[in-house]
Amino acid sequence: MNNVDAFIAALPGIGRGILVTLELTLGGAVFAFLIALALGLATRSRLLLVRGATRIVIEFFRGTSLLVQLFWLFYVLPLLGIRLDSLFCGILALALNYGAYGAEVVRGGISAVSIGQFEASRALNFTSWQRMRRVIFPQAWAQMVPPFTNLLIQLLKGTALATFILLHDLNFFINELRRSTGDTLFAYGIGLVIYFVIAYLLTLGMNAVEVRAKNRIAAGPTLREVMGLKPPKARSQIDQTPRSRMTGVIS
Amino acid sequence: MPTKSAARTTAVPEPPRIQFEGVVKKFGLNTVLDGLDFSVARGDRVTLIGPSGSGKTTILRLLMTLEEANGGLISIDGEPFTHERKGKRLVAASEKYKRRMRTKIGMVFQQFNLFPNMTVRENITEAPQHVLGQSKDVANMRATELLAQVGLEGKADAHPSQLSGGQQQRVAIARALAMEPKILLLDEVTSSLDPEIVAEVLAILRDIALSTDITMLIVTHEMQFARDVSNRVLMFDGGRIVEEDEPEAIFTNPREKRTQDFLKAVL
Amino acid sequence: MTDLWSWDRAFQAVPVLLEGFQITLLATALGMVVAAILGLAIAISRRSQFRIIRWPVGAMNEFIRQTPLVVQLVFAYYLFTSISPLQIGITVIGIHYATYMSEVYRAGIDGVAPGQWEATRALSMGPVRTWRAVILPQAIRSTLPALGNYAVSMFKETPFLFAISVVEMVTAAQQFGAQHFQYIEAITLAGLIFLIASYPTSLLIRKLETRLAY
Repeated sequence: MNNVDAFIAALPGIGRGILVTLELTLGGAVFAFLIALALGLATRSRLLLVRGATRIVIEFFRGTSLLVQLFWLFYVLPLLGIRLDSLFCGILALALNYGAYGAEVVRGGISAVSIGQFEASRALNFTSWQRMRRVIFPQAWAQMVPPFTNLLIQLLKGTALATFILLHDLNFFINELRRSTGDTLFAYGIGLVIYFVIAYLLTLGMNAVEVRAKNRIAAGPTLREVMGLKPPKARSQIDQTPRSRMTGVIS
Repeated sequence: MPTKSAARTTAVPEPPRIQFEGVVKKFGLNTVLDGLDFSVARGDRVTLIGPSGSGKTTILRLLMTLEEANGGLISIDGEPFTHERKGKRLVAASEKYKRRMRTKIGMVFQQFNLFPNMTVRENITEAPQHVLGQSKDVANMRATELLAQVGLEGKADAHPSQLSGGQQQRVAIARALAMEPKILLLDEVTSSLDPEIVAEVLAILRDIALSTDITMLIVTHEMQFARDVSNRVLMFDGGRIVEEDEPEAIFTNPREKRTQDFLKAVL
Repeated sequence: MTDLWSWDRAFQAVPVLLEGFQITLLATALGMVVAAILGLAIAISRRSQFRIIRWPVGAMNEFIRQTPLVVQLVFAYYLFTSISPLQIGITVIGIHYATYMSEVYRAGIDGVAPGQWEATRALSMGPVRTWRAVILPQAIRSTLPALGNYAVSMFKETPFLFAISVVEMVTAAQQFGAQHFQYIEAITLAGLIFLIASYPTSLLIRKLETRLAY
């Protein structure tokens, strides 16, 4: 039971590693979301210049590979006199990369809202900001949650690259455990299971967000109804949801 | 409204509520309105009839600024609508100006277009509160009144998706009225309703028409409704007015061949 | 700025990067072959009538898909010491993407009208014939754009091979930077090469998408 002893000895380290991984994931996700919102809304700008510039930014960060961006921020930026903390470096790279993907989600969600909603908002004389905030976005949001869930899981998986900019994340401590036990299968088995559990919990959380978003636009049961396993009539709707969000699509 | 009736008795003519002068609207190569002229007086209830594609709906959409005209001038109460006066010149209207002019106009759509993320009450109070700046209490009180008027007292907290089509359209009517429009545009408001529900919606509209002095511009295929409610009917074809008259006259004794053919087909 | 970026060094870096780029392309192409075939096998076994096949395949599929590719790469690298890193890399990337592809195939298969299954039943066609002659030809057509999208995305993830010391383009760039004590040229160029290669491909796929959408 050497492995068990080694595992117990490694627990504090793994705990710290999980913390760093979570910091990267949540920090990256929050900034990615903000970037996605800004870029996604800018793709709908009336000004050609804004639209064009946004397109370039999005394609740039989608096209140049996450690891390259990470290395660029870590190795090259200091040469330009900007020295970022490793953790912030990781968060920034994740945010820029997944923010660019998220921008497409925002754009798609908004364009999925029916044109009649835009027209009715105009007939009621809302300003374009009121229209977006009160009418369009709440409806688009329900559409955006499942693809955002995919992106969040992709982002979590991307955090494992942080080891290569010398961050002591979960990935790093898995390797430490392998070294101390000499048992690859054991160390990586545990490590992958931890990643899987985190992914699972994030998915559960996002499912709750989705149920709420759909309920808000009265297209589904309330969260309480879903948790209570009660209503047979709402069944079909709940059944489809977990499936759609598991499909990790990134391109 | 004593001032209004007083104004009516004076000799100074009021400007028409709505005036189209040489309005042109094209979609690509297709000219939908070709130099259209017509005007609607205050309190008039005008029905636009004619085959589909004749430009009736386009007129409503131009008024609601959902479309932009390619030429000509649209005025409301004597003030240019799509253009604003800068000194003596007319320049394209700013968004701010258009918003000010638009507060006079309400619209009810064929597809209702209720906001699914809001309750019935919120659908009605949202714009009065955030566009007109009414207090929540005032907006709520007015919403309650309007819901009673359209026969949906108990439905204030329902979501649109829980209502039938007819009920949704009644909410949409209440929502438009909550903005106290001077002009109400009705765009085929019964076309996506089941036949047995059409009557209940039309009855409400008839009520409103006869109990208020809102100017109405109506596009409909319900000829009986046009007859009951409007005091003028314009027959459109190919982006022009073919014939206009009082409903009784136009329905019983149309002069133009196009009108006769059209009425024969729809009645 | 001038002594920061040296065109000399940039020109020196280009051949090194292009050599790495060949490995990048090779890994993408072979990885995609693995993903396309294995993904189909997973999708079909997940529709098996036997729970004993359906269940473990489904669980494994989820597990691989929801955990980081880099960690899986290093895992396999330490586990199979006798196999070359490049082979391990291609296989692991292939398997990881097979789990994505299986979802795409599944959607494609679900998209085939139920009447088609009923018709094969009515014609008493066997399962092999049913899949080969009726279901797959209809299902796969709609999966082509997704296949392309995943190829582009795999292409952008081949730098992860860095973790198991396969000298693909980004590894080459990093090594070049370390040797010359200057990273800016090599890493910037590597990024640009990715952009130049992946953007037109994405555009092409988008075109294919609209064409296949009838």
